[in-house]
Amino acid sequence: MEQLLIDYKQILSDYVVNRKEETLYNGQNYVRQLIQKNVAPEDVINIHRKAVEEIYTELPDSLSHAYDFLIEVMVQYGMKTREHQSLLIQKEELRIEMEIAARIQNILLNTTVPKIDQLDIGMISEPIRKMNGDYVHFLFDEEEDYLSIAVADVVGKGVPAALCMSMLKNGLETLEYGNNDPSYILQVLNRIIEKSVDDGMFVSSFYGRYDVNSSILTYGSAGHEPALYFNSKENAFCDLECKGLLLGVMPEVKYSQSNIRLEENDFIMIVTDGVTELRDCDVIDSRNLLKEIAFSIRHLPAQEMCEKIYLELQRLQDYNLEDDFTIVILKK
Amino acid sequence: MKSLLEITINTESDIIAARQIARETSNTIGFDKVDQARIVTAISEIAKNIIMYALVGVITIEILEKDNKKGISIRAIDRGPGIVDIKSVLDESNLKGLGAGLPGVRRLMDSLEIESDVGKGTRVYMEKWLR
Repeated sequence: MEQLLIDYKQILSDYVVNRKEETLYNGQNYVRQLIQKNVAPEDVINIHRKAVEEIYTELPDSLSHAYDFLIEVMVQYGMKTREHQSLLIQKEELRIEMEIAARIQNILLNTTVPKIDQLDIGMISEPIRKMNGDYVHFLFDEEEDYLSIAVADVVGKGVPAALCMSMLKNGLETLEYGNNDPSYILQVLNRIIEKSVDDGMFVSSFYGRYDVNSSILTYGSAGHEPALYFNSKENAFCDLECKGLLLGVMPEVKYSQSNIRLEENDFIMIVTDGVTELRDCDVIDSRNLLKEIAFSIRHLPAQEMCEKIYLELQRLQDYNLEDDFTIVILKK
Repeated sequence: MKSLLEITINTESDIIAARQIARETSNTIGFDKVDQARIVTAISEIAKNIIMYALVGVITIEILEKDNKKGISIRAIDRGPGIVDIKSVLDESNLKGLGAGLPGVRRLMDSLEIESDVGKGTRVYMEKWLR
């Protein structure tokens, strides 16, 4: 503290005499040192007061008392400053924890897109925050020639959504055989989510089972937005409507399922609401936009289509998408 | 003992009286103006907590001497509702902690200890030594 006072007194007395900009600049650099050394605001006032008292030896007592007053006031201020500093440290600790959690989630929810001769599959899933609230699960049963696809979206974002997703993944893994009916799978998943996850935590899910030999996709939906089907013969899109309650709302829910046969160059796009709930754009417009983009690049492989759509929507939204973003494309 | 001073805390004017005694005592011990302000702020916060949570309590101020060093201790005792989770009131990331201002008070002093029995009351003891 002694040395700090000597330095401060020097700068202050310089300034009082010459009033140069340079001295003010030095003063700010000096204070930066104090901040680094965690010197409290009330200590800074005290240094100033001592320096003033040493420079002007004949100060009136009342001025000295005024400094006492300022110190007293600044103690409260200092308490708040330190509170703030320690909150910043804690925030940094949380950030590190979060990064580790995100890495673990990536490993846990990692999906590999299966390679099948008869079907071209593409996928993109980008979280808006560190943790992803969307999840895609593929299962290819080679013996039975069935491919299963689940696309799920937790209502909510961040850590709670991620934890809920791990639950869903476990559920899907215990059901691992490809030829289960989508309506049955959704019914079981609903039971798992309803029992084990907090009230107010819901999941929307599309579930499809593709029969590689007959090219028939059987699909069901739990409150998920309709997948888009592109019919290449008619050059037109249509929605794969399928009604069903969100997972986790009620204990015993029955789900329906429908079939569609894919012809050459037909494709199906399964998306989460991060793709269709764009800023300044209602869902219908967003879906039309999605169809336009997809139509213009329909000749590309499924994976490239997914990536191009993501880039284009990002560009249109000024690189500021607001939700987890997932697209799966199945193309015959 | 001459160096022991006791103040009953019940109203806002008691807080001011406690501050006054703390300031005079810390000045006598030889604390500089900044540390005096810190000690007074600490006693002020603790006294405010007494009025807010326990309505009434007693604060004792004592001059400490040990190995040629001098210091001050402040002890606050009340028969209020007590603190259920002491860790949380000392935890800065917890809003309860910030509410009672204890993490800040702990930094103004050298040490701060809390003991509490739920339904029976709270005892706070803090020290600050002359450097």
